[in-house]
Amino acid sequence: MNVTQREPVLEVKELRTQFDTQDGIVHAVNGVSFTLNKGEFLGVVGESGSGKSVTMMSLLRLIPMPPGEIVSGTAMFNGEDLLTLGEDALRKVRGAKIGFIFQDPMTSLNPVLTVGFQIQESLKIHQNMDDKQSRARAQELLEMVGIPAAADRLDNFPFELSGGMRQRAMIAVALACNPEILIADEPTTALDVTIQAQIIEIITDLRDQLDSAVIWITHDLGVVAGLADRVLVMYGGQIVEEAIVNDLYADPQHPYTKGLLGSIPRLDQKGAELTNIKGQPPNLYSFPESCSFAPRCPYAYERCWNENPPLLNVGESHFASCWWDIENNRPRYVS
Amino acid sequence: MSASPTSDETTAVAENGEVLVSVRNLKKHFPIMKGVFKRQVGAVRAVDGVSFDIYRGETLGLVGESGSGKSTAGRVILQLDPVTEGHVTFRDVDLTETKGEKLRALRPQMQMIFQDPHASLNPRMTVGSIIGEPLQEHNQAKGKERKQRIEELLSLVGLEPKHANRYPHEFSGGQRQRIGIARALALNPDFIVCDEPIAALDVSIQAQVVNLMENLQDVLGLTYLFISHDLSMVRHIADRVAVMYLGKIMELAEVEALYNRPSHPYTQALLSAVPVPDPEVEATRTRVILEGDIPSPANPPPGCPFNTRCPMAQERCVAEVPAFRELDSGHWVACHFAEEAREKVKGIV
Repeated sequence: MNVTQREPVLEVKELRTQFDTQDGIVHAVNGVSFTLNKGEFLGVVGESGSGKSVTMMSLLRLIPMPPGEIVSGTAMFNGEDLLTLGEDALRKVRGAKIGFIFQDPMTSLNPVLTVGFQIQESLKIHQNMDDKQSRARAQELLEMVGIPAAADRLDNFPFELSGGMRQRAMIAVALACNPEILIADEPTTALDVTIQAQIIEIITDLRDQLDSAVIWITHDLGVVAGLADRVLVMYGGQIVEEAIVNDLYADPQHPYTKGLLGSIPRLDQKGAELTNIKGQPPNLYSFPESCSFAPRCPYAYERCWNENPPLLNVGESHFASCWWDIENNRPRYVS
Repeated sequence: MSASPTSDETTAVAENGEVLVSVRNLKKHFPIMKGVFKRQVGAVRAVDGVSFDIYRGETLGLVGESGSGKSTAGRVILQLDPVTEGHVTFRDVDLTETKGEKLRALRPQMQMIFQDPHASLNPRMTVGSIIGEPLQEHNQAKGKERKQRIEELLSLVGLEPKHANRYPHEFSGGQRQRIGIARALALNPDFIVCDEPIAALDVSIQAQVVNLMENLQDVLGLTYLFISHDLSMVRHIADRVAVMYLGKIMELAEVEALYNRPSHPYTQALLSAVPVPDPEVEATRTRVILEGDIPSPANPPPGCPFNTRCPMAQERCVAEVPAFRELDSGHWVACHFAEEAREKVKGIV
């Protein structure tokens, strides 16, 4: 069955997050809405500062508040709004129903606790296991993520493991309670490509076994191409394009997506000159009243400077927030 | 120069082109000291006997994973760190035998672009003085002439003359990298070692910097050693590519030959692991998943350094270091079983 037709497990509407800093208010997430379906693999692509990580961390209220503030929005998960849920109830979701894998396992694993302790911790808290049960389960999890001699590794500290091993241990922590949703924030960015390939293989295998929905945050358009069912492209704290994976790469509708695909070289082709996206990513000190990509966009016209485009339906399950119809070389008229 | 290679002294020479930099059996070992008397108990063999030539006007890509020794090789070639063994010849001058003033006089001809544009620019110096410092050091262009040269360099890399009075923190990552490039160009070098020059930049900015580097190469006739872990970008920018693993070169070939007919199992695994931004292509590819991690360069495995992870490894690979041999013209491989490996190449890229 097409994953886009499955029932949703998470529905985010109009999420806005900002940070009150010394230099002014940073508008990190500006009205993000998306749906995650059961068992779906959703890729979230964006450059640094696009708001991709802050969006996902806001859902579990993992951003430091203050200076962070979730200004508005809802995030419905199993009939509850994660953004207004009480602390105790939220704690039952974090690590149990929604697992989180962070980019750098060296800073997200506790350096003074053994790997085994950190996996067992969530099993004891969320699943009321005793020490023996949780240890057996932890060993099973380490074996599942492909760590050799798992029983011995339980007593290792994070520094005793290599980068790839640590990331596997992190995955084991995130998967400990069979989460319904697994959020992976650039899980392979700090790793070498051969190790990245190992981790990707583990995650795809596990996804087939567990039927968890996965949100994979990355800046690498290559990584999600072979993994995701659907992709969100973020820019300036907003979703600028959303499409089924094949449609996004074959027929990008937003000038930013198009530019990004043109600016990356491909391993399988000796391409012509790379196309530049001129200029710099936006600073986020003002709320976007116009299209935040307009200053860098080759198609920008008057409307783009006056009105921030919402996500417009541009094809079957394909949305783009752009006032210009690149294909027909004319403004996009909204009925 | 086309002498038959031995495991000790390997050569890789194409038929045509003037050799600008020639590296022979280059080694860099960092000693490991222990105890009260700081006795040497071992060595990290960061670079362990590499040989290659760099031709005038070409871009040689040097790729490898972290810990492969590629950055150390770049630094040692420029004599930023002393060599342990081996020779680097630049324009018929053996740099490893050249010291002091003589070496200093050669430095303007060979420069470096660093990875991190945040760490490699002095935050307390203006952009003008950063770019002007090499001119000052080597007594080139004084006063008004220097100011003019700085402005010229700024516009060459796509910045504006007025930027000379600003400080690095006022610039974005991509702009800072342009400043680093301008500094490297100040003394009109022939040869530039680019150590992961785009790794710290955002995707949309990487293309800007790479295009700039390519344009500068065309205009100024530069020769690059482009050190990178990004195999897609190396295919784009390089003319020839050398693949490093644990301080040794595993494969060296012209770019199309290397990507179309990778003949070392490590190159194959490396290429197969790089994702392609196209779902339809991705669906048809086969991945070679390597077991485990890169071994420590302080304690490399005997024989072929890749034998602990190689899917084709046999007894011979542990017993005998494979020779770096020329499989076909200009295509060099250090593997006993390169011929068989090449047969299995389908679907990797």
